[in-house]
Amino acid sequence: MNEPVIQVAHAAVGYDGRSVLRDVSLTVTAGEVVAVLGANGSGKSTLIRAVLGLVPLGAGSVTLFGTPQRRFRQWHRIGYVPQRLGAGSGVPATVGEVVASGRLARRGVLRPPGRADREAVAAALRAVGLADRAGDPVATLSGGQQQRTLIARALAGRPELLVLDEPTAGVDAASQEAFAAALRAFRDGGGTVLLVAHELGPLRPLIGRAVVVHQGGICHDGAVPEPAGHHAEPGHDHVHPHCDEEPAGLWSM
Amino acid sequence: MDLFFHYDFMLRALVGALVIGLAAPALGIYLVQRRLALIGDGIGHVALTGVGAGLLLNRSPVLVAVVAATLGAIVIELVRSRGRTSGDLALALLFYGGIAGGVMLVGLSDASSGSLNAYLFGSLTTTSPADLVTIAVLGVALLVTMLALRPALFAVCHDEEYARVSGLPVRALNLLLAVGTAVTVTIAMRAVGVLLISALMVVPVATAQQVTRGFRATMAAAMALGLFAAGAGLWVAATADTAPGASVVLLAIGSFLVVALLAAGRRALRRRTRPAPAPVAEPPEHEVVLR
Repeated sequence: MNEPVIQVAHAAVGYDGRSVLRDVSLTVTAGEVVAVLGANGSGKSTLIRAVLGLVPLGAGSVTLFGTPQRRFRQWHRIGYVPQRLGAGSGVPATVGEVVASGRLARRGVLRPPGRADREAVAAALRAVGLADRAGDPVATLSGGQQQRTLIARALAGRPELLVLDEPTAGVDAASQEAFAAALRAFRDGGGTVLLVAHELGPLRPLIGRAVVVHQGGICHDGAVPEPAGHHAEPGHDHVHPHCDEEPAGLWSM
Repeated sequence: MDLFFHYDFMLRALVGALVIGLAAPALGIYLVQRRLALIGDGIGHVALTGVGAGLLLNRSPVLVAVVAATLGAIVIELVRSRGRTSGDLALALLFYGGIAGGVMLVGLSDASSGSLNAYLFGSLTTTSPADLVTIAVLGVALLVTMLALRPALFAVCHDEEYARVSGLPVRALNLLLAVGTAVTVTIAMRAVGVLLISALMVVPVATAQQVTRGFRATMAAAMALGLFAAGAGLWVAATADTAPGASVVLLAIGSFLVVALLAAGRRALRRRTRPAPAPVAEPPEHEVVLR
């Protein structure tokens, strides 16, 4: 049994008194690639945000690399890839500058960037196929290339665990392939991956285990579910497994 | 030019203006990046209450204003990071409370309405040697901090959640920016006045980002533009006998217009020399076809 990287025990999360996650338990061990699947509003993004401490737990506990999340300080071991780049800031930033932010977890606030930082940034850009775009403003990139920039930012910190929130949503095919290649290289290097997805696409062969979140609870934990019904038709890579009867309110949250 | 070197007060005004012209955009770029371009105005309003309190208590108005503006900035930052819904209303209360408090306290003190005007619209030429020391020390400290912490401040302003997961001291950095804004506002108050403070923090950044591609380049260009506007504005004020603060701000806005027009012209020229690209899902990788 490998060392557990993420341990979630009986976690509950609520916003404004409305329960989003209830009694969720999940363990991810080193070297695993785990996909969190579920419909929109099922609470799957909230689950990984709770793991990272971005939303407070109402109950239960999260342990990262064996340390309770509240006392966890080794953030350089984790690379986070958000769903998209924030609402677009007013000031232009180059791809290289954004990716360089990924080194801060390792370097700290006060130390200026050195050669190791520049090399790690260049390597991360190569890994996602954006080495020639380092000097371009992020805003001029396509959605898929922006997503790859965010992955490069996470990889630049040389993390042991990658946490990705819907990394392939709305991403063009070329970027999805580049993305899958980067993730495969990360896994082959011994990395652990926890990703939230609505559709797996080219990532599917990489996923070792799937966790399905439904109505704030985990209803499946094991093999990647096969697409069923019209979802199995060619060209439809949509994975949102059906646990029980889906209530009408499922999509409306 | 010898005007500046003939009169000590003009020299002090020039040095003060240059320090502010350099430091204000170095901080302002983070505010623009975070879409808080007008926060400087709000903090300026609060600083005015500090000025009023200082005049009333016979203390240095600038130092009391630093304290008041810092407290105001910290309150605004806490409101921003906690309450998400009523944030702008809370800010509005703080702004109007600040300016009303300032006007009332200045009225209660023995100070003339002229001294209120000096803080509302700036009064560079009355910069005393002690004022200049305050401006220089605070301005240089601000500049060094903003430059040395650029990667961390950039990360926090660019993507706050990512910065949090990177383990950066996000709250401390945010408070540092808030305090830095307060300090900038109070030292710039001497130059351009409370009502024009944001101009020096924001306009050079807005001008620079018309033509720059990256954050570091924008910061450098904005600082250069701020320096230019401060120096040239003061020269215009001295030769044409106009209000220094307003001259500096109008020059900054003039540079913005010129650069914006040039940038638009360049874009139009490029469009004409290059056929419109066919609509594709993925933009072509950097191909410029010149015919």
